[in-house]
Amino acid sequence: MATMTTLGYADLPALLIRLTGDEKHDWSSISTLDTIWVLYDRVLREGDRFLLSKGHGPTAYYAVLAAKGLLPLETLDDFGEFDSPLGHHPDRMLAPGVELSSGSLGHGLPIAAGVALTGRRVYCLLGDAELEEGSNWEAVQFAGRERLASLTAIVIDNRSSTHGWPGGIGPRFEAEGWTSGTADGRNHNALEGALTAPRTGRPHVVVTVVTP
Amino acid sequence: MMRQRFYELLREALDEDERVVAVTAEIGTAQIGSHPRHVNVGIREQLLIGVAAGLALEGRRPVAHSYAPFLVERPYEQIKLDLGHNDLGAVLVSTGASYDAASEGRTHQAPEDVAALAALPGWTIHVPGHPHELEHLFRAALRTDDRVYIRLSEEQNHARVDGGGFTVLRRGGTAAPLVLAVGPSLAPTLVATASLDVTVAYLATVRPFPHAALREALGDGDAVVLVEPYLAGTSSAEISEALVDRPHRLLALGVPNVEFRRYGTGPDHRSAHGLDAAGIRASLEGFLRRNPQRAGAGA
Repeated sequence: MATMTTLGYADLPALLIRLTGDEKHDWSSISTLDTIWVLYDRVLREGDRFLLSKGHGPTAYYAVLAAKGLLPLETLDDFGEFDSPLGHHPDRMLAPGVELSSGSLGHGLPIAAGVALTGRRVYCLLGDAELEEGSNWEAVQFAGRERLASLTAIVIDNRSSTHGWPGGIGPRFEAEGWTSGTADGRNHNALEGALTAPRTGRPHVVVTVVTP
Repeated sequence: MMRQRFYELLREALDEDERVVAVTAEIGTAQIGSHPRHVNVGIREQLLIGVAAGLALEGRRPVAHSYAPFLVERPYEQIKLDLGHNDLGAVLVSTGASYDAASEGRTHQAPEDVAALAALPGWTIHVPGHPHELEHLFRAALRTDDRVYIRLSEEQNHARVDGGGFTVLRRGGTAAPLVLAVGPSLAPTLVATASLDVTVAYLATVRPFPHAALREALGDGDAVVLVEPYLAGTSSAEISEALVDRPHRLLALGVPNVEFRRYGTGPDHRSAHGLDAAGIRASLEGFLRRNPQRAGAGA
């Protein structure tokens, strides 16, 4: 029988060990862990959507879903195996709680724009290197001009983009009509503040800076 | 004309069905006109499909429309993943077909669109040959949540074929070759096969392919001629599958897989590819001559 329970942030390392079998790893180095935790623990409300566009390295996502009782804990033990619902890129048709099948970069934000057209609140998580994919910018331009105010993009900036973003990531969104904020990607109160900041009728991007 | 009929049908659907959302990328935008549920995403075709997927995620019925190369080929991975892998439905309606815009050059020609979409699982693919068929197919597509592609062309047949599926229009002898015309290929095929002892059948819905109907129509025959208005051989594997246990011969006519650097008109291209009545007739006679005991010019 599936084990659904609710655990806390302190329980995440144990869940990550169940996923990977790696007890030596410094889990704080996972760039998305704190942001996804804060989203599920403090930000997302009933009816909101969370789309993980950056489908790479989804262990933090699975751990948070399991901690929040959205994913059966025992599924963590078979991560990546043939019969497992949890793979190295998430599949919404296999994994309970997962709302988007992703892994190829640059797909989440355009889909989130489609969701936001209906007025639904949607949060889409991307990586700074993922922004190199041109499809993201089609969505950034469109969402800004159409003032899709229910859309929030979160860019995890761990400086992994080869060519970087001279002038910063936030200003590029602002030029297209978005509002932007930043937060320390490890500071839960800062993340919560940035993700729940009052809106001004425009889409919003939060750039969370994480030291590589 | 099918394209104009599509715009009328889409406007009606927007007025009648709150689930329907039209998504365009500048092409067809003005003809569809302003409506609260018509979204023009600009010249951004990856976004066109992504937005359609997001709308489907919210229970809407998106109808995405553009020129065939920009609707199917440019955002091919979005079609594969945003719709297919995420198991979300949409109705994609293209115009331009293989060579409607012949004078625009290769960039606006998409003879490979059906083969490309048919390589992805779960797509229903319609190639209507007449505006009345489009009406039936489009309305049926809106009633489902399936992934449906409707390929419109300026080429069309003189009359509609009712029934939707595989339809035998003319019956030859019990062992006569079967000539299967897809969509707007029917008009030249009917001319090309006049006076030949062949069975002529029509098909507007090429995926899923009607294997059983093809077997039945072939009767005791062993020769199949497939006339498709797009890449030659697009449905050859389907016919092989339908006849897997029967020795058979297949002639697959269509647009050849070559980099065809010509402008001109659609009829120029149809003729150059051997897809006008004379070209089909010549190919057919050559094919049948190689099997004289089973077919040939009738009395």
